[in-house]
This record gives sequence, structure tokens and C-alpha cells, in this order.
Amino acid sequence: MHFAFTDQQLEFKAAVRQVLAKECTTDEVRAAYDAPTARSPRWQTLADLGVTGLTVPEAYGGFGLGLVDLVPLVEEAGRVALPEPLATTTGIAAPLLADLATRSGSDDPRVAGWLSAIASGALTAAVAEGARPGRPVAGADGADVLLLVVDDPDGRQLHGLDAADCPVDPVSSLDPTRRLGTPGWQPSAATLLTGGPDAGALLARTADRAGVVIGAELLGLADAMVTLTASYAKDRQQFGKPIGSFQAVKHLLAGAQVLLEFARPVVYGAAWALDQGAPDASRAASVAKAYASEAALEAARVSLQVHGAIGYTWECDLHLYLKRSWALAESWGTAADHRARLLDSLLAER
Amino acid sequence: MDRPMDLHYTDAQEAFRAEARAWLADHAPAPRTLPSLDTAEGFEAHRAWEAEMAADRWSVVSWPDEYGGRGVGILEWLVFEEEYWRAQAPLRVSQNGVFLLAPTMFEFGTDAQKARFLPPMASAREIWCQGWSEPDAGSDLAGIRSRARRSDAEGGWVLSGQKTWASRGAFAEWCFGLFRTDPEAERHRGLTYFLVDMATSGVTVRPIPQIDGETGFAELFFEDVFVPDDLVLGEIGKGWNVAMATAGSERGLSLRSPARYSRAADRLVDLYAERLADDPVRTARSGDAVAQAWMDAEAYRLNTLWTATRVLDGGSVGPEASANKIHWSQTDLAIHRTALDLLGPEAELHGDGVDAPWLDGYLFALAGPIYAGTNEIQRNVVAERMLGLPRG
Repeated sequence: MHFAFTDQQLEFKAAVRQVLAKECTTDEVRAAYDAPTARSPRWQTLADLGVTGLTVPEAYGGFGLGLVDLVPLVEEAGRVALPEPLATTTGIAAPLLADLATRSGSDDPRVAGWLSAIASGALTAAVAEGARPGRPVAGADGADVLLLVVDDPDGRQLHGLDAADCPVDPVSSLDPTRRLGTPGWQPSAATLLTGGPDAGALLARTADRAGVVIGAELLGLADAMVTLTASYAKDRQQFGKPIGSFQAVKHLLAGAQVLLEFARPVVYGAAWALDQGAPDASRAASVAKAYASEAALEAARVSLQVHGAIGYTWECDLHLYLKRSWALAESWGTAADHRARLLDSLLAER
Repeated sequence: MDRPMDLHYTDAQEAFRAEARAWLADHAPAPRTLPSLDTAEGFEAHRAWEAEMAADRWSVVSWPDEYGGRGVGILEWLVFEEEYWRAQAPLRVSQNGVFLLAPTMFEFGTDAQKARFLPPMASAREIWCQGWSEPDAGSDLAGIRSRARRSDAEGGWVLSGQKTWASRGAFAEWCFGLFRTDPEAERHRGLTYFLVDMATSGVTVRPIPQIDGETGFAELFFEDVFVPDDLVLGEIGKGWNVAMATAGSERGLSLRSPARYSRAADRLVDLYAERLADDPVRTARSGDAVAQAWMDAEAYRLNTLWTATRVLDGGSVGPEASANKIHWSQTDLAIHRTALDLLGPEAELHGDGVDAPWLDGYLFALAGPIYAGTNEIQRNVVAERMLGLPRG
């Protein structure tokens, strides 16, 4: 038992934090609001550092590492509301493609090409949460590759398309960096990656990973909001003193901080369970997504309340974090969805 | 030290678990068969159980051998606690001593104090209560007025004043308390931490019936109670620092082990499953709350392992202990409140001949956000010391 990150993991986290503080200021996030792009010079910086290819197998130019290594970096992405889809590309798509590539007898050149391109920084991915024809997929507008799901009488099917083969109808989001889009496509033998029970198992694992990495992004967002708001509460004066000296304000922020403190080990533990293939990994992933979602939503609520009217403006940076948090809390299963999933699993063993 | 993350217990820890499980299976009384520890009869029954544990060195596993322990680490202690709660063994009548005073005594006590007090604490021959709160000093603990007057002639101190809400106070043999030794000093600085024999002349105990009708705590009156110098824990005038170490144990790692909540959450899911068969529509309305309570217990378990690792790697527990206390107290309430909702009209059944574990547990849980410093005080600590907000 040693429930902690290694020094190396913490050093990498600190390095990424430093880079992002410089290259992903709130001005940069605002620029991405005006002109959302899937890949930016900042994405290439992350690729050069080895971040985008962290979970890509070494055979394809990556580091072949797991979620325990990735999660601290995704937290940093959340802390700066990184516009680029790191969680989806490196946390969800790359492990899914790696699963496909490492199965015996698999030599799909498309999969190999996509993995190499993720590692080199030449590709971002969008991954559909499920088979929802006609509904928007996060990141689809501008993604280089789309991993999409259809329901088939024999079970689910996973399809992969290069952007060139998949027209996408952009759909606007409250957070423009979400780059929602509805793929206009027809599943075919040429787009099929896998189907049947294999696809079912692969997609279940993908949903678990998504809960954990999106949870990690929510941790970073929650931390950013609580920190920003605590700082505001120290400066803002009313009744002749900082509003942060009033218990009503302290208790709001303390409540959010406690939720965040307890959400962190839950997300880290789930990352470890998934990397290990632990029997309760799926359950751990549900706890992680539910806890991180609740922590971020509470941090968002409290932060807006403590900022007061200024927090309700476009000018104040707070809304950049609020909007991402609201969107991510609803994606890959809400807290309530995951509680229901957990309860089913607990009842099934009785 | 760059060990990769690992949430498995080692083989040695699992062997320790198996040994603890086997011993508890042979010795622990059947669940809920001892009378309440807040009655005279129950107090003695619980003392006898702890003596039985001590005889085989299971009462204080993390203490050094010389004081009756097994010298195991914090992770083994967590494993033991998992087994203890799994066996639904009795509540620990010695908890104030074993979980609160003992860690403080290991940090601040003299060798003579440790040799004198720890072995009888381990065997429950001496049971401790806590003399901190006063009628006018609850959340504002530094406002205590009970005095200790120096007596050079006798080589000690003479205590006077009133303490209240002393858990186990009705029956305990010893008390650890805070008294003001320097009325002129700034209020946090004039305090000293004393160990008081409850049989000393001048100590009067008035039991206070609690919300459940039992005498779980008491008022303590001190009228010129003499305490010799060797019963001062830590330095004169440094009682606040010593007390904060005790409070850290109370809120942080040692008082409430995660197993307590994990087991209760599992029993809550059992109750849900039973009720679902009887009344699916009504029961299903509590499904979300059941899952949330289970998650809260699981989050507490993981947070404890996270913190324990930090401590084992040389770190410490600071204001996180306050966040911890808020979480466990709310978790305990959520588990039991949800169970009462599942029981519906049967939730209120209580009294002679009725076994009401969920209602008893709920009444116990209600005290959680109050004792060990109210949750409002803990939120102040979190805001000021974790987030840097200014003091009011």
C-alpha cells in the first residue's frame, strides 16, 4: 500500500503546470472562444513534452503509460481550462486505440496511423459517448479523427473516420471550446473498427476511463475556481473588511474545498484501479465521476455566489471555468447516472 | 523514495488481517449483545471485553510492545479496524484514552507517564474522560475559566472550576483536562494540560442524561483538587499546543476509522435490498441517497489511505483534519438518515425490548457535527488555514 504519486509524476505535473500557466492564460482561452481550433501551437508544445502521447504505446512513438500518469496532467489542463481536447484525445481515444492495436492479430493500419499522430501532436480525436445518431459529439467540429458508435442487432459497433471522410455540422455550445458537432456519416465496412461482444467490452472500458479523466479535468477546474474565489474574497472589501473574513463566505468556500479534498483520492484511486484492471475498477470509475462532478458543480455554485455580480459578467474570468464545469459534469454520465450505476452493481452482488 | 502507486495491502498485512479475523471470530461477542456502554452495567461489560482483547494484545495494536501493543504501523491499524467493524465487535469504551490521549501522550508524555498510564489504558483497567468544554467555553475553547493555582508547598497544582460534556465522565477513573495556570497571559498561552484522578478529593461528578436517555456524558466539578507536578502533560502554559495535538487525533486519522462507515454503508445497501423486495416503489426513491452514502464512505476510505501514505512518507496532517471531521460526521449522518427513510414508519420504534440499531446509530451520528469542535468551527479552520482567508 502506497497511495501517492511518484516524485517523477509530480515533477512532470509541475512542469506541465508551468508551461500551461504561460501558454494558456485566460486571454488565450478567450481567444479560443472567438476562434476555436482543435490544435494550436500550445498543443504542439504538449506533444513535444510527451503529454499527448503519454498513453500511446511505445511502438507508436508514445510512452505507453497509464491513467495514473495522465491524471495529474489532465488536472493541470482543467486548472487553466485548456481549450484543446487533452482528456479526450490522450485519456479516452488513445487507450481505446491502443486496446484495438494490441489485440492479437490486429494490424489495422488506420489505428496505427492515428496512434502515431496522437503521439506526434498531429491529431486530436473526438469520441462519441454512445450510439446517439443525429446528436452532437464534443470536439467533433475540428477533430482529425472521430470514433463513433452505432447500435447493431449483434451489439454495439465502433467506427473510426478521418475528418476528411466525415462532414460535421457544427453545433454551438455555451462553452465554444467544446466544439460540438453532429457527424453526418454512414457506418460501413470501411469505417468499422470492431463489433459484437468485443466492442461492448471495449466501449465499457472506454466509458470507465472517460469517467476518470473527465473527473480529473473537473478536479482541476474546481481547484481553479476555489483558488480564484478565495483570492477575490481576500481582496474585495465590504463593511470595511475583506468579505473573506465573514463566516457566511468562509463556510461556502470551505464546503467546496472539503468536497474537492475528498474527490481527489477518489479519482486517483480509480485511475489506479483501471490501470490494474482491478475487478472493482468500473465501480471506482463511477464514484470518481460522480464525486468530481459534484465537487466541480459545488465549486462553481459557490464561486459565482461569492463573486456576486462581477462573477456574472463576461469580463470576469470565472465564467470560463463555470461553463466548462457545467458541460463536463453532464458528459460521460452525470453524478446521478453514476450513482444509479453503482447501486445496480452493489445490488447485483447481493 | 519513488515507489509507484499501489493500493494493495502487502502479503504480511493480509496475514495480519487473517490473524485478527480469526481471533475476533473466536472471541468477539455476538453483535449488539452487550448492554449500552453508557450504563453502569454496560460500562463494565465493555471494560471486560477490552481486557479480553488486551490479554491477547489486540486492544492497541499500533502501540509499542512494552505498553501492550504489537508495534504495527498505521496501515496495519486500519486493517485491524476493518476486521473489528466487520466482526461488528463492541464500541470501544476506552476510546477517549486509546485514540485521543494516547497519541498525545506518545508525543508529549514523559517516560514515567507513559509507563504509568499506557498499560492500564490498554487493558481498560483505567478508563479516561475528557475535561475540556465548560458551560461558557464550547466552540470558544480558549475561553475556559477553570483555574489551576500553584502550590509550591505541596509540589503541584490545585484545580477549581467546572467542566462539562465529558463523554464517559459518569464512570471513568481518570480525566485529561485543560486548566488556566496563568490568568494574566493571552488566553491561548495561559493553559496547561492535566491528568486528574477522578477519585481525588474535591472531584464531583454529575451525570447528564443524553438525548437517548442514557448517561453518556457528565458535568465535572473541581473544588480545590490537588494534582501533583508529575501529572502535568507537556509544559506549563503550553496546554493549548498539547490540546491541539489531541484535537488533531480526534478530527484526523485516529478516532474514526473508515471501516466504521464502510460497514455501515454496506449494511445500508443490505437494508435497501431487503426493503426493495417488500416495497419496491417507495424503496427505490431512496436509491440515490443509498448510493451517495456508500460513495461517501468509500471516499473516506480512500482519503484515509491517501493521508496515511503521506504520514508514512514523513508528512503531517494539518488543517486537513478539519476537512476530515466534516466529511466523516456528515457521512455518518447521511448513512443513518437514509436508513431511517428506508424504515419509514418503523424508524421510530425504540425502547424496551426493541433492537433499533439504525435509530441508535442516528442518535449517535447526530452528535458528530457537534463534538470535537463543531463543523462550523472546522469550516473556519479550512477557510483560514487551507484557503488563507482572513480571521474574522
